[in-house]
Amino acid sequence: MSSRDVVGQNLRKVDGVKLVTGGAAFTDDIQLPGLLYGKILASPYAHARIRHIDVKKARALPGVHAVLTYKDVPRVPHTTAGQAWPEPSPYDTYLLDSKVRFVGDRVAAVAAETRAIAERALKLIEVDYEVLPAVLDMEQAMAAGAAVIHDEPDSTKIYDRDHNIAGYILREIGNVDEGFRQADLVVEREFRTQRQQHAMLEPHVSIAWLDPDGRLVIRSSTQVPYHCRRQVAMILQLPVSRIHVIKPRIGGGFGGKQEMLLEDITGALALAARRPVKIEYTREEEFYMARSRHPQILRMKMGVTRDGTVVASHLKVLATTGAYGSHSTTVQGNTGSKVLPLFRTDNMRFECHVVYTNMPVAGAFRGYGCPQGFFAQETVADEIAAELGIDPLEFHRRNVIRLGDIDRLSAQLGEGKEGLPRVIRSCGLPECMERAANAIGWQKRGARTPACGADTRVRVFDSVGHQDAGKSPGAARTSACATRRRGFGMACTMQGSGIAGIDWASAFFKMNEDGSFYLQVGASDVGAGADTVLAQIAAETLGVTLDKIVITSGDTDITPFDVGAYASSTTIISGGAVKKAAEKVRSQVLQMASKMLDAPAESLACADNQVFTTQGERKSVSMTEVALQALYREKTQIMDGASHFNTDSPPPFCATFAEVEVDTETGQVKVLHLVTAVDPGTAINPMQAEGQVEGAVTQGLGYALTEELILDGQGRPVNPNFLDYKIFSAKDMPKLTTILVQTDEPLGPYGAKSISEVPINGPAPAIANAIHDAVGVRIRKLPIRPEDVLQALRARQPEEVLVAK
Amino acid sequence: MKTMELSLTVNGHARTFAIAPGDLLLDVLRREGYFGVKRGCEKGECGACAVLLDGKPVNSCLMFAAQAEGRQVVTIEGLARNGRLDPLQEAFLDHGAVQCGFCTPGMILSAKALLDHQPDPTEEQVREALAGHFCRCTGYKKPVEAVLAAAAARKTRSRRKPAAEVMQ
Repeated sequence: MSSRDVVGQNLRKVDGVKLVTGGAAFTDDIQLPGLLYGKILASPYAHARIRHIDVKKARALPGVHAVLTYKDVPRVPHTTAGQAWPEPSPYDTYLLDSKVRFVGDRVAAVAAETRAIAERALKLIEVDYEVLPAVLDMEQAMAAGAAVIHDEPDSTKIYDRDHNIAGYILREIGNVDEGFRQADLVVEREFRTQRQQHAMLEPHVSIAWLDPDGRLVIRSSTQVPYHCRRQVAMILQLPVSRIHVIKPRIGGGFGGKQEMLLEDITGALALAARRPVKIEYTREEEFYMARSRHPQILRMKMGVTRDGTVVASHLKVLATTGAYGSHSTTVQGNTGSKVLPLFRTDNMRFECHVVYTNMPVAGAFRGYGCPQGFFAQETVADEIAAELGIDPLEFHRRNVIRLGDIDRLSAQLGEGKEGLPRVIRSCGLPECMERAANAIGWQKRGARTPACGADTRVRVFDSVGHQDAGKSPGAARTSACATRRRGFGMACTMQGSGIAGIDWASAFFKMNEDGSFYLQVGASDVGAGADTVLAQIAAETLGVTLDKIVITSGDTDITPFDVGAYASSTTIISGGAVKKAAEKVRSQVLQMASKMLDAPAESLACADNQVFTTQGERKSVSMTEVALQALYREKTQIMDGASHFNTDSPPPFCATFAEVEVDTETGQVKVLHLVTAVDPGTAINPMQAEGQVEGAVTQGLGYALTEELILDGQGRPVNPNFLDYKIFSAKDMPKLTTILVQTDEPLGPYGAKSISEVPINGPAPAIANAIHDAVGVRIRKLPIRPEDVLQALRARQPEEVLVAK
Repeated sequence: MKTMELSLTVNGHARTFAIAPGDLLLDVLRREGYFGVKRGCEKGECGACAVLLDGKPVNSCLMFAAQAEGRQVVTIEGLARNGRLDPLQEAFLDHGAVQCGFCTPGMILSAKALLDHQPDPTEEQVREALAGHFCRCTGYKKPVEAVLAAAAARKTRSRRKPAAEVMQ
């Protein structure tokens, strides 16, 4: 590793300067002459049929150039999930439909010269709704007599439309019932998780126009430009060759943009108006008209022998996908396949119903089903360890998956079909656990110490940003001593690196006169730093400095195919393609240099923008000389490309340790310190890798403690704004410690696996377990609000908890 | 529709824009090509649209453009001088404090306002200054480190300043 010049270095982002100077980088940072503003008329009802819709007045409004309803567009069942073809998600969605299935569903769309005119036009559309009974409780969705949400006959791939079941999964390895019979202790608990929003700072935005050749250009905030192009072509009934999708810089995606969300309707409006059209969600629309994390009800059952060996696990899940089945079976499949195998028992069963409800649509979200599953599994594991009197750290040491293991559940649970077995070829989990435990001070666990002990790391701000004020320091101190308790908790988690056998990518290089290389990749940098990491892999392989790599990514006209940015695939899959292509180009460079240096190509190496002999007399030529020789003397363009996929998905591993302080008077939980140790394989850019961890755990803190989109009794969003939907700010943060435990993954470029998803899984269970350590109560629903803690405290032995030692 | 003239200073240059009375400062600046001013929520909640108004950070989505008449506006485009990045911009790059970059302009501008008044801030003061800027990518750790590093770099640079001016 030490011999590497570029890989493993903390280099600046290749797109950094334009981002810190306000360069025109993002989707909306262009000005197009004649641009129209598109707006979508959203359903005010959770479930209704459009009896009659009249758009005459809207069309007549000066400045309006297009108004579309279901009568004006092709009816093509599809999924909005940005997945590889054929998508495993149900085809249950229409560009526009005569039925609406959630508050926020599309009724009509307009394009007008100003946003104000577009908004006025929406008000002029007259709609006569037949309001239908709505399903607003996932536990009622399958009940006899529940309204059928997808009664249309043309939708396909729905598991059981009459009972609102979008998907059903049942997989078992070994013999679970026999496993439980052998167990000395079986713990079974129910968990509930909420609707979390991505809340990326850049809302979804798409701009569509016709180029001079009449091709439809779509500039869009997407993680999946190629899937988008294919899906829009199908929906608008255009050849793929007539569509050009451009992914500029993206202001965060987190899975929310692994979705063909606005591109189809923006394109349809541009075709109707024959002018450029932009649709940009407002923040409020972003909260309920985009996507969310799937809410789940989980029943986790785990059996262990007296010595603390897990002998069987069974996870049963009810999840809702909302009104449409985007990512429905695949997210939920992950809840089983990426979670249960963490504990190495031969007997595992996963069963899941994913149901439709008349609620906002769920989709892909960082972690992709794992945060829910690990919250359940790691809380049960903690409970079992407590019951057996074993330190949870020791319980994990004994039971977690290890090097050389084969995860057979993954073989059964692939992306919408049978998967492939996962072989653990690199595993830094033991070291992650030990180093994180040391960093948090795990030996202090179990003391249930009052907050005013010798440890003075009490922060001024609590978990939702309220400053401790109004009390004299003395009073606060007395109160804290009496009512606050410290505790420690841990969780171990894993994820994948790309979807085995499905995700693939390609890359193409050409050499320029100055010895630089132009790199084209279909990969989609959505802000996580993919362009930089891919350029580092390229520079390392070609023996040039990072400034010699000019990268263009995510443009369907210019760059070769890539499935896009999801499933923690970019570094390992797109990076694998870049490395392969770079090796091919390097061999062309060496061939050229071989003639120039009169030395066999096998004896040459490249580094630091030079090609040099490694045997005999040291001779060298610069990359610039090689390029000039090729281009002007040999009349050859040095160029090549490569494609890459893996048949396995090596898991990155993570250990999350939390120290919390619980106020037994208010139920307030303050996280004092969160330690995250991750095995990402090789970190191509450790600084960026740390940033991925820190961002993921911050979303994980919100998932654990504050974030939930709440719906009222009619399915309307109650808190679609940043004041009422609380994400952590700079002031709310606990101390974060990030530890990278690097391993060498044989299937990854330079040993890399992935990093950006796995750390989000740990905070919720680690915090829940720390709360138990602090005050002795188990909270099994998310987010863990103060009232939940207080209720649990009051329900259980209040005298023991509230009385100071 | 545009019925008023707005005269103000943007990034040190006197500018006059034709505006409508109800135009927001955010919309006018973006219309005039200051794309570093980001539209994140239009409700003053996220801080992505922050600019410095007479040296103080404000959310440009909460101001009518007309309220900026005669005032000094600084956007992120105005921070680099003669092709040289501000120490805050350098520090954000060096410390990995930029991920998607959408909230970055606002954070850097608020940090600049802080350092202009408090050249040697504590971590808590930096967190307070950044508290109005939601970032969904970084967890704030590296931005906070970058601001503290920039404060240190500015001190070094200000000590060197006379020499630099002589060179010019």
